[in-house]
Amino acid sequence: MRISENIAIQPGKRPGRRWRWSGLLEDRTVMGMAFVAPAVGLLLLFLAYPLILGIWLGFTDTVVGGTGEFIGLANYISLLNDALFWKVTYYTFLYTGAAVFFKLLLGFALAIVLNREFRAKGFVRAIVLLPWIIPTVLSAICFWWLYDTTFSGITWVLMKIGLIGHKIDYLGDPTNARIALIVANVWRGIPFFTIGLLAGLQTINPSLYEAASIDGAGGWHRFRHVTLPLISPLLAVVTTFSTIWTFADFQLIWVITRGGPANATHLYGTLSFQRAIPGGQFGEGAAISAFILPVLMISVWVCYKYMRREE
Amino acid sequence: MSEKFVERMIKFYLPLFIFLFFLLFPFYWMFITAFKSDAELYNLKLNPFFIHEPTFKNILMLFKETLFNRWMFNTFFVAILATILSLSASLLAAYAIQRVRFRGSGPIGISIFFGYLVPPTILFIPLAAIIFQLKIWDSLWSLVLIYPTFLIPFCTWLLMGYFKSIPKEMEECAMIDGASRLRVFWQIVVPLALPGILSAGIFAFTLSWNEYLYALTFISTTTLKTAPVGLITELVRGDVYHWGPLMTGALLASVPVALVYSFFVEHYVAGMTGALKE
Amino acid sequence: MAKVVMEKLNKHFGEVKAVRDFDLEIPDKEFVVLVGPSGCGKTTTLRMVAGLEDITSGNIYIDDKVVNQLPPKDRDIAMVFQNYALYPHMTVYQNMAFGLTLRKFPKAEIKQRVKEAAEILNIGELLERKPKALSGGQRQRVAVGRAIVRKPKVFLFDEPLSNLDAKLRVQMRVELKKLHDRLQTTIIYVTHDQVEAMTMGDCIVVMKDGLKQQVGAPLELYFRPANKFVAGFIGSPAMNFMEGELLSEQGGLFLQTMGFKLKIPEDKAAKLKSYPEKRVIFGIRPEDLPEAPAAIPNETIEVVVEVLEPLGSEVYLDVKVGETSLIARAEPTTKAKPHFKLYLQPVLENMRFFSIRDEKALF
Repeated sequence: MRISENIAIQPGKRPGRRWRWSGLLEDRTVMGMAFVAPAVGLLLLFLAYPLILGIWLGFTDTVVGGTGEFIGLANYISLLNDALFWKVTYYTFLYTGAAVFFKLLLGFALAIVLNREFRAKGFVRAIVLLPWIIPTVLSAICFWWLYDTTFSGITWVLMKIGLIGHKIDYLGDPTNARIALIVANVWRGIPFFTIGLLAGLQTINPSLYEAASIDGAGGWHRFRHVTLPLISPLLAVVTTFSTIWTFADFQLIWVITRGGPANATHLYGTLSFQRAIPGGQFGEGAAISAFILPVLMISVWVCYKYMRREE
Repeated sequence: MSEKFVERMIKFYLPLFIFLFFLLFPFYWMFITAFKSDAELYNLKLNPFFIHEPTFKNILMLFKETLFNRWMFNTFFVAILATILSLSASLLAAYAIQRVRFRGSGPIGISIFFGYLVPPTILFIPLAAIIFQLKIWDSLWSLVLIYPTFLIPFCTWLLMGYFKSIPKEMEECAMIDGASRLRVFWQIVVPLALPGILSAGIFAFTLSWNEYLYALTFISTTTLKTAPVGLITELVRGDVYHWGPLMTGALLASVPVALVYSFFVEHYVAGMTGALKE
Repeated sequence: MAKVVMEKLNKHFGEVKAVRDFDLEIPDKEFVVLVGPSGCGKTTTLRMVAGLEDITSGNIYIDDKVVNQLPPKDRDIAMVFQNYALYPHMTVYQNMAFGLTLRKFPKAEIKQRVKEAAEILNIGELLERKPKALSGGQRQRVAVGRAIVRKPKVFLFDEPLSNLDAKLRVQMRVELKKLHDRLQTTIIYVTHDQVEAMTMGDCIVVMKDGLKQQVGAPLELYFRPANKFVAGFIGSPAMNFMEGELLSEQGGLFLQTMGFKLKIPEDKAAKLKSYPEKRVIFGIRPEDLPEAPAAIPNETIEVVVEVLEPLGSEVYLDVKVGETSLIARAEPTTKAKPHFKLYLQPVLENMRFFSIRDEKALF
């Protein structure tokens, strides 16, 4: 054996069981497989399998703690015939569209404001991220209290300066509640856009702006022809991430309104939870959350395309 | 006042302050509520933006009359264990995918990344069924095992970016120097990736600390709840909201995350932007 | 102390054939330089010897032992990388001692060897520093030191000087050569810089597109290039090439091009007679194009000077004959001026002829 000849070069090293083990790991494939095994194992068991199981459950009448029968499309048919489901669909799309739009707009704006040198830049950047890192549930509680009809600070200010004559029922009125939740979501999501895009803005070589200025481009044109094209791939990814998270949101809604008033603020996520966990209807709940899948697939596709282009 | 200063005021300071006000106001509201007595809270004649008579009653009630410290401990327990588990698995996986480059490493890497996009709202129902079968229903261990589903994809992706920045020659040189692949990993790669590991760890910790849906679904015993779930389910009974203690709880439960965050802001930002760019 | 043999070595990256049927025998204690343009396969070859790259087919022997399947750590080689690859979390001492520690050498011996190497390389005071605190030249020395403490059978150098500034590079070139004299170990050295190759190697291997072009001592490659590529690659400024037609007239063999006609010396003419084709490529080095005071039929070329490149000890003239550009070396005292005519008298004995078909040297 050639291997044994080499041991001579390594004083003090005796062939033994341990040595043979590490020898096995010298093979790329063996080592690679061994190293990814824990992660892949956990993800297969608790991510891939549930994903498929979830789709299967949507075709059954499983209830909590029990096994169900295959009932074909029955869950889907009853959902599609349910006016409530359409109401939820409407709000899910409205919530996602409006929230992502404003997060993008305001987050990008803040990133541009922050993309310059000023004192305490690091500190300001750290503060900006706070809404993102503080547990959503906890900030949701805060918004809930802030939206209290009687004791809201917002109402107090508006009445003091005479803008409104009576109290606003933020969460009792369907339209108000819908807007209020979108505002809370925007508040929480701005930092993600800001910090993500700021990082992108900082990678743009300043000499590009200088060259554009010399070519006669004003502020708007520099933004339109230098900033925007260079940042658009990052913009696409950040927006995609935010879209799938917003579309599949749960925490904010569940804490602040639980889908009310009159189910006006249910998303797919909250409705599915309500049917499956307190309601016990696993099959129906799984069918509802399956409606998130198409958006997930589109997100995966967008990210994939972007990554391919990078390579 | 020079024209330049006015321009800077309008273009920079004014929008910055409006943004900061919008982003920070809820925290201020949380903070002042925590130190107000009920009497003050529900007195509409007072200006609600100031604390007139600060009180610590809320904190006392939180610790004396609820299981708040127990919930905090549970959250810590789950967050730390889930972080360690995910970080170890991700460290190995990221290295294998980025550097060992065995057959199939590319597709595995991409699949793991896409795992990050899968929202918990799709998974919680089937996971509930699985948890039930594994007989870890209503146990903190279920959370320790489930949290890696969103932690591993994220940490793996983040660490892959870090490994990419370590020159390959460093490893090759160590291999020629006589190190086995395993030793190269432990003695060369891991020490060099420490900042990345730290970023990933902080991220994993905050993400597990903030998790709500799984904790709400899988845990029903009051003593086993995590802080976010415990606060909502135990302090809101029917129509009786204990706003003072609720705000205090929200404030206190945010403290560990905020602390970790404030110590490692740079790592956090680097992790977030690094993961995005990769 | 080892000889290295490569036998029908092939390396394919998917469709790309990086190294093709590479044969080379490196005697013990020889300083061999692999040189060629980027992408020629020289680094891949070196990495195969190191064991960092799998071999598609063929064999590598170190000391008559096939090492194809041997992991790098068991080949008893040391390598110096282009970016030095110093471990940033270890001090200079730890960097140098790493390989010995892994091989479980006694502490005292490690210390002794590191000290010795540090003295040779003049880095004795840097041992406690981290790589970050070193200059480029110092890092380079540490990288070399890390390689020599191990006293390996073979040293591999992968473009080790290309990250240094020009002055330091010249200095390190000499030092590495001295080091080789002192250590008497086989060295395989990869570079894209032909000057480095010429000045350092006992033996130079020129590569292109994964194929070995020529192996030989520096001056052998310079004066007797095996093909047009080697002729053009070795030497700076490069050899001038032109196409021409061989004309057999009374009085001997002549070379006719677009702009001039030259009589080929008898000995060369005799060798060219057997060549069946009429068109050839001929090459002549800039130093073989001296100025002539006046035109001599069939011996001088009339050119127009375009640019002067005065370097001090010599002046290079960029000149034009018809559509073709040539470079000629002139004395610093030259009277040549841009846009003026000039006569050059090629040293015809030093002319090289290449086949148009495969660009190989005709003799």
